Amino acid sequence: MTISRRVFLKGGGVAMLGFGAMPSFLARTVEATATPNKKILVALFQRGAMDGLNVVVPFGEPAYYRMRPSIAIPQPSRTGELSALDLDGFFGLHPSLQALQPLFHDRQLAIVQAVGSPDNTRSHFDAQDYMESGTPGVKSTEDGWLNRYLQQQKEEQSSPFRAIAMGQQMPRMLQGTAPALAIPDIRQFQVMAPGQMSGAMSGGFEALYAQTVDHALRGTGQETFEAIDMLKKIRQQNYQPANGAQYPKGRFAQSLQQIAQMIKGNIGLEVAFLDLGGWDHHVNEGSVQGQLSNLLREFGDSLAAFHKDMGETMRDVTLVTMSEFGRTAAENGNRGTDHGHANCMFVLGGDVLGGKVYGKWPGLEREHLYEGRDLNVTTDFRQVLGELVQIHLGNNQLKYVFPGFTYDPHKALGLVRA
Amino acid sequence: MPARRRRHRQNDYAWTGFLAGVFLAAGLFVAPSLDASGAQQHNKEKKKDKKAAQLSKAFRGKLPITELSEDEATLHALNRLAFGPRPGDVERIKNLGLEKWIDAQLHPDSLDDRTLDTRLEDYPALKLSTAELVERYPNAQQAAKRAGITLEEYKRRMDAEADKSKAPREVVLELSEAKILRAIYSERQLQEVMTDFWFNHFNVFAAKGPVKWMLPDYEREVIRPHTLGKFRDLLYATAKSPAMLFYLDNWLSADPKAYAQHAKEIEQRRQRFNRLFGGDSRIMIMSRPNPNRPNFPRPQNRPQPGQPPQGQAKQPRGLNENYGRELMELHTLGVDGGYTQNDVTQAAMALTGWTMSAPQRNPEFQFDEKIHGAEPKLVLGHTIHAGGMKDGEELLDLLVTQPSTAHFISTKLARKFVSDTPPVALVERMARTFADSDGNIREVMKTMIYSPEFWSRETYRAKIKTPFELVASALRTTGAHVERPIALVMWSARIGEPLYACQPPTGYPDKAEAWVNSGALLNRLNFGIVLATGKMNGAQLDVSALLGQDSGTDPDAVLTRAVEVLLGGQVSAETRAVLQKQLNDPQVLQAMFDDPVKNVDAGMITGLVLGSPEFQRR
Repeated sequence: MTISRRVFLKGGGVAMLGFGAMPSFLARTVEATATPNKKILVALFQRGAMDGLNVVVPFGEPAYYRMRPSIAIPQPSRTGELSALDLDGFFGLHPSLQALQPLFHDRQLAIVQAVGSPDNTRSHFDAQDYMESGTPGVKSTEDGWLNRYLQQQKEEQSSPFRAIAMGQQMPRMLQGTAPALAIPDIRQFQVMAPGQMSGAMSGGFEALYAQTVDHALRGTGQETFEAIDMLKKIRQQNYQPANGAQYPKGRFAQSLQQIAQMIKGNIGLEVAFLDLGGWDHHVNEGSVQGQLSNLLREFGDSLAAFHKDMGETMRDVTLVTMSEFGRTAAENGNRGTDHGHANCMFVLGGDVLGGKVYGKWPGLEREHLYEGRDLNVTTDFRQVLGELVQIHLGNNQLKYVFPGFTYDPHKALGLVRA
Repeated sequence: MPARRRRHRQNDYAWTGFLAGVFLAAGLFVAPSLDASGAQQHNKEKKKDKKAAQLSKAFRGKLPITELSEDEATLHALNRLAFGPRPGDVERIKNLGLEKWIDAQLHPDSLDDRTLDTRLEDYPALKLSTAELVERYPNAQQAAKRAGITLEEYKRRMDAEADKSKAPREVVLELSEAKILRAIYSERQLQEVMTDFWFNHFNVFAAKGPVKWMLPDYEREVIRPHTLGKFRDLLYATAKSPAMLFYLDNWLSADPKAYAQHAKEIEQRRQRFNRLFGGDSRIMIMSRPNPNRPNFPRPQNRPQPGQPPQGQAKQPRGLNENYGRELMELHTLGVDGGYTQNDVTQAAMALTGWTMSAPQRNPEFQFDEKIHGAEPKLVLGHTIHAGGMKDGEELLDLLVTQPSTAHFISTKLARKFVSDTPPVALVERMARTFADSDGNIREVMKTMIYSPEFWSRETYRAKIKTPFELVASALRTTGAHVERPIALVMWSARIGEPLYACQPPTGYPDKAEAWVNSGALLNRLNFGIVLATGKMNGAQLDVSALLGQDSGTDPDAVLTRAVEVLLGGQVSAETRAVLQKQLNDPQVLQAMFDDPVKNVDAGMITGLVLGSPEFQRR
């Protein structure tokens, strides 16, 4: 039979190695699991620049239909064909987001339209960078805004799972001096040794890193093995989504499900990051059906499944979506759209004052367009994120999280309950 | 191939005998490098220092090595000036003399690298020009257009084709595989380390627009020839390279006034033409497809240099400070180099007109007078008014000679080769050489290598290997045979360093914090396991040959040999004890009993050592 890591540690290894660190690390684990009412933020990046005008459709705006003869989403229809899903008589959701409509009407989902970056770049590369560093126009910023939040909200005994990025790399948003974990798939976050040597190898690595005089590596080594251990517990529970939630197939939905699993596993998760690419529809974007439609269905169904699965726990969770910029107001010559400016953001959660499309609508008539072609930005994306950091997460140091941005409480949209 | 492997094996055997002797002698002293606490150890260290001071002249020449033993100094040089030791390297250097080896590395052209060159023949993209690459690995959209079919149709055809080698990503893949092969197999190790360093210093990002097609040219023609040459030449080459011009947007930067004047002239010419011929002048100009015509995919925001009209006239072009800023902040002066926002704007103005022709087809540097700002610029208190393209050159010359630049470049080199926080005195010495030698990189490197700080006890194993360095050094140290390095490219990415894919212009960081996080560490461990247990696709490692034993009969010998081969015998007593213990794990004993041929112990020990804290450092 397999010999557990703990058995190895107790059975001799410990004495030999002088495990001074052991009690505190166990204490940390206990500490981390004892904070059930902590607020949680999930940040979702839609890489590639989503076409916000076909997602939250301004069906009350005649210019919208003039500029998009082949890709516009039709006005809400009573006769059953695919069309915009009415939200407030002016905006409607893309029909592929059907799963999100009830959440909007239950006031769990808020939408901000015409939101974006003050920087005028139309480069995916720069714009993503700016949105993740939280400092539009400044390239030398070393860390991401979400990491700066973690730095600011220091915790003596934090869990190794305090900040998680679902993916291979640490995203820019979570890079920085505060610890964060990048995990592509929690099922694979383990020492991958062949069966007959797995116990000896993971035990060996843990002992190697526990005893090393190499301080930098010892700390990280301990965090890693704590994380492996905690995940093992979660994995063993053989996770079943609650409330009959059904996640779609694919990496994105799976990442969301694993975030739900970690939140419910109570392992000290505070911020989580995930992303979904493929929004750069220059050609044949489609209308009620097509490329954008397919991607939106995956997106919407996954979010709805997450919300359902989380159930009551959703009261502590806010999920926010963002994409680096929007797309041209008019469709291009390839029945697609090119890089534009303002976009929309979704805010989902129990604390959210939903059921409303927030933000000032700048209009789509030519004179209202940014540089004569794109939806204008009327809300800075940092205003939205700032409200979540300040009100949902309860952090007052926005100057540090978003340097160079003056957060004006009078301009607050009121997205979440104080 | 088998013959070559056998030869390695013989070398290994010869080496074992020698190192076993050394180990017996040095075994008592292995800990100090890792744990300098305790008076007893301090004494031992002193004893050793005395010994080290007596290193033979033939070995060290004029190198100021006083604290390291001959073995340590050799390993140190291989870990810093190369991607780690290959089997037999230590012995070879000891025979040749360390100073002679370093001197050869500083003059890479003196080293025969034909074996590697032959292997690189498998990667045709490396030798092609950007224009040829665009032709051969076409963008799907453009290729579909050219073939007169829809994008979907083109993609279907590509999917159906067995040969997927036409996709543009193949260019980056070939380059990445070659980078791994070079790091493992090149004799010109320092050249490869420097290429990695300078590419990262002048970073460009493969996924930004057409940069991927420009990369082979950038590394081959811009970076590689100057890695140990004059910094000025390197700076000029990058400033004029299509990759950098595109990546940092300078090719779009225009003086708004010059641009407006130019647009006005074009408009006047068009009206004159219309008056004369009463037609549409565009008919004359357009020999290529009209970008205004519906269905022509118009590149976003990419006016042809010097050709603003045709539908884009309403979007005036202006100054883009992106390159001007990074040129000062990241390439020369450093962020604290004493420049202001106004210096950035003026520098950007001096560089207006530095653009390129045909960015999507055959990009070449081109100076475009029509968008160049003609007025004098004031940068760092100097007036630049050389005129035309010379404005930019005068700016680069000015930056190269600034004391901040000498200091910034020296700091970065010292951080790469010495420690995360290099000694101030060393950096100052290097900066002086930089200034005195007109930015001669080889001379700056020599100043560093001939400094006692480079060889100090404190410097020894002070650096965390980057993911790329870890992968290359593991393959070198184990002497694994690499058939196809694609899996290694993936592992470098998985551990945190996707090759040619660093998005920000800062390049990858060169400090431990950046590389030490839980996810990355776990992947380092798993990388070691995969390699040691023979599961690495395209790379074969024969652990029993490596550890010089045919069956798991003597676990102690396995361990001793593993520590010798993989860590040069230098491992803390604690690490050794842990490894020892794992060999007695009941599971392992059982597995060895069940199947002695599998060498469970050798695979496990090799995996553990590759994943050990000691192996993460260089």
